[in-house]
Amino acid sequence: MCDTCGCNESPHHPHDHAHGHPPPVRTIAVQKSALALNQRIADQNRGWFRAKGLKVINLLSSPGSGKTTLLERTLREVPRCAAIVGDLQTENDAIRLRATGAPALQINTGATCHLDAHMVAHALADLPADGLTKLFIENVGNLVCPAAFDLGEAKRVVLLSVTEGEDKPLKYPVIFRHADLVVITKSDLADIVGFARDQALAAIRQVAPQAGILEVSAKTGAGLAAWYAWLAG
Amino acid sequence: MHELSLMTNLLDAAIAAADGAKVHALRIRVGPLSGVVVEALRFAFDALTPGTPAAGARLDVEETAPAFHCPRCRTDYAAPVGSYLCPNCGAADGELRGGHELELVSIEVPDHV
Repeated sequence: MCDTCGCNESPHHPHDHAHGHPPPVRTIAVQKSALALNQRIADQNRGWFRAKGLKVINLLSSPGSGKTTLLERTLREVPRCAAIVGDLQTENDAIRLRATGAPALQINTGATCHLDAHMVAHALADLPADGLTKLFIENVGNLVCPAAFDLGEAKRVVLLSVTEGEDKPLKYPVIFRHADLVVITKSDLADIVGFARDQALAAIRQVAPQAGILEVSAKTGAGLAAWYAWLAG
Repeated sequence: MHELSLMTNLLDAAIAAADGAKVHALRIRVGPLSGVVVEALRFAFDALTPGTPAAGARLDVEETAPAFHCPRCRTDYAAPVGSYLCPNCGAADGELRGGHELELVSIEVPDHV
């Protein structure tokens, strides 16, 4: 029996020619998700968060949408919060967030375009979780890959800044479809950049009918009361 | 390019299921909401398989559509990504019931008779 193609010729016959007969094959059902391992670890993370009484929010957006700025202000104004922040390189965001007085851990993903549940599980070992009620996980700035990876969070929040273009939800529908809340950031710049608010809201509603929508400015504080109310809910 | 790590997972599962046998083909199912690009999966597959029991194997890809259930009129429907309205009643709050798949469905191995 030949192991290369499964035919009944001797195992030593050459394979540089076509046999002219399809090798007999059998099909084995497998049914295994590529994300099975990530899902298992995400479920473990979720169990750990529940045991610690932590509400965990996965923050997603493209780079520069204002995730860190919104978090800086939130950590200053909402007690008993912490953050884990993912970037390819540098500790810069964690340093910015620690300046608020809240615990903040940095994950450097190297070349990886998203956080996965395993990276988060490792970071949790260093998190002083006692006494905390909320943990923000600031994902790598990317509107594509992070959508696929459950980290164990309770809620997903996708940010869209007014400077990015109103049709961004239509261009990146998958990540918006997974959102519990869409936060439109930098609302103080809306008039300056000619932000077409109605068009943006329509685009969000089209691809993410399940999501709530808030408009905020971490700079002026506009809309933050509603953001804090959503966090408390 | 997270397709490379996801393809590694699928390939590892296939090689484990083949239990030492050569893998002739892998059938995978990919949903449009899985966040992966099929072409990138194929590229990763070609890069990863040489030197493994799946060298030269065929990659069959089943692509699914997002599947919804309308809670208002109870219609089950498939919709393209980015347009999720119920075709029957126009409601926008259909429950998502499929379209996230990224899984190894089956493999083909030599049939030693």
